[in-house]
Amino acid sequence: MTKQSIQTVKMGLMVFSLFALVACSSTSDTEEGAMGGEGSSNSDSSNNGSARTNPGSTSGQLTQEEIRAENALRQTVFYFDFDIAEFKPADRETLSFHARDLAANSSKRIRLEGHGDERGTREYNLALGERRANSVLNYLIVNGASRSQIEVVSYGEEQPAQAGQSENAYSRNRRVEVVSR
Amino acid sequence: MNLRKSLSSFLVCSLFLLSFSANAELSIQITQGSDNPIPIAVVPFSWQGNGVLSEDISQIVMNDLEQVGEFSPLSRSNMLSMPSGEQEVFYSDWRLLAQDYLLVGKIDRTPGSQLVQVQYEFFDINREIKLAGEVLTGSVTQLRDIAHEISNVVFEQVTGTRGAFTSQILYVVAEYMNPERTNFRLEKSDYDGQRAQILLESVEPIMSPSWSPTGRDVAYVSFETDLPRIYIQNIATGDRRQITNYPNLNSSPEWSPDGTKLAMVLSKDGSPDIYVQDLTTNELIRVTDHPLIDTEPSWTADSRSIVFMSERTGQPQIYQIELGASSFNVERLTYDCFQCLNAKFLPDGVNLVHVRRETRQDPNYQIAVLNIETLRVITLTDTSLDESPSISPNGSMIMYATKFNGRGVLDAVSIDGAVRFRLPSTQGDVREPAWSPFLN
Repeated sequence: MTKQSIQTVKMGLMVFSLFALVACSSTSDTEEGAMGGEGSSNSDSSNNGSARTNPGSTSGQLTQEEIRAENALRQTVFYFDFDIAEFKPADRETLSFHARDLAANSSKRIRLEGHGDERGTREYNLALGERRANSVLNYLIVNGASRSQIEVVSYGEEQPAQAGQSENAYSRNRRVEVVSR
Repeated sequence: MNLRKSLSSFLVCSLFLLSFSANAELSIQITQGSDNPIPIAVVPFSWQGNGVLSEDISQIVMNDLEQVGEFSPLSRSNMLSMPSGEQEVFYSDWRLLAQDYLLVGKIDRTPGSQLVQVQYEFFDINREIKLAGEVLTGSVTQLRDIAHEISNVVFEQVTGTRGAFTSQILYVVAEYMNPERTNFRLEKSDYDGQRAQILLESVEPIMSPSWSPTGRDVAYVSFETDLPRIYIQNIATGDRRQITNYPNLNSSPEWSPDGTKLAMVLSKDGSPDIYVQDLTTNELIRVTDHPLIDTEPSWTADSRSIVFMSERTGQPQIYQIELGASSFNVERLTYDCFQCLNAKFLPDGVNLVHVRRETRQDPNYQIAVLNIETLRVITLTDTSLDESPSISPNGSMIMYATKFNGRGVLDAVSIDGAVRFRLPSTQGDVREPAWSPFLN
């Protein structure tokens, strides 16, 4: 038991130092933003052509595109329909921004955590959570992210976002979370 | 009878685990009884020593017999006499009370030691004969074990089936602390939820406990490294080792009945498939190979085939495959359900216990039994989120997880669906029961 708690503390320290690393590596926001623009223009051939980079952006002013990218990257939870392993078409554009961000920041690492609602058996939901995370993973890779940047894990129904047996709770629990590492 | 030996080895284990004793004990609640139970009188055992004993043996026996449904114990207040030995038994007293069977006993201190000896005698009232009787010796902390042992004898004498009252269960408890933290515990208790002990605690999920066939070890999934990995832990000593570290999903460990192998689910080759790891050579064999989900392996009694769930035809259904067979050579076992999941055979090898969702419109998941020869299906439960069925070692009952008032609880149901009892916990969500093999 004591060993366990020491392990937990160790893990906590590791997580903390990872955060510290991430914080250090993303100090120069402007540079990252510029690279982000580059990345998006690189990958726009495979996309919906929404990458309208604004060359005339004055210093300190974010372009439309940059604002959209920032908003997109702020969305880190993607919800799924019952018994469906593919992400919703409406999330496609947001995920494209995540993919470009990864492509532009090769040192960035994320973890895709798949979850399900409590209906059906635990092992089935564990497998289903992995399929959900994989559907996001494949999309990110196709859109420029590198496989080595992304870890996938499924929690099945073990970590619900919302307790209870309501349809509302279920829909909040069927999700993939993008977690920075 | 080697009870004394097994009790003393139990004593060693219980001393070891005493400090981990869980405070949240479960207590039994009978939710549905049998239609035609056998009347039996269990007379309070006389106690010759000083002070009050910590356990009431005859009450424990009465609870045991009542829970499994076949018996209806006579209320103590209706007894005309309270014999403690054969010479005090008058069959006419018990015939008058319409009793079929009678259990009496006495408890004495063993001279010059801390041990107690329990002498019991069991009678058939109609035939006016003694069916069984012996003296069991143990410490006062083992009175529950002695009581369950007596229940086993009574059950077997009357039904012809070996009793499972000395068996134990493993289960997982998830206790929500705050939005950032849920505590997970792997616990072990007697079959009736008493004497719970914590085997493992973690702030990351613990899943899928599976007993080794000897009852000495447990395999389970722990997320303690942030990834699901399979561990084996010795129950008595707490010694544990991580036995898998494959990429992606490592889950659903299931011990082969011969104890040599562990079936598991791995998705290292793309999608979740069934694998078998040899526990002596560590050789890993891939059993199924399909791009859709294959999971929830269980073994046939001969350790040669695996029953599993697959969504290869669109929705989860149950299949069987022989070890060493081509991965295409699978036999489908279920057809007439929208989803059939988490299946395992009863000891008879014919009746398949599983989780069943009848139709797409019916949102309920219930525990059912399919006879694979007659194709008859009996649905045993009537709640809506029933899962993780686990079969008692004598095949007479199934314990499963369900929800009650929004909380995870463990229920047990007889294989004919007639009798049901519940083990409510005082804290947290209780789930994933695993009923032990025979332990003595």
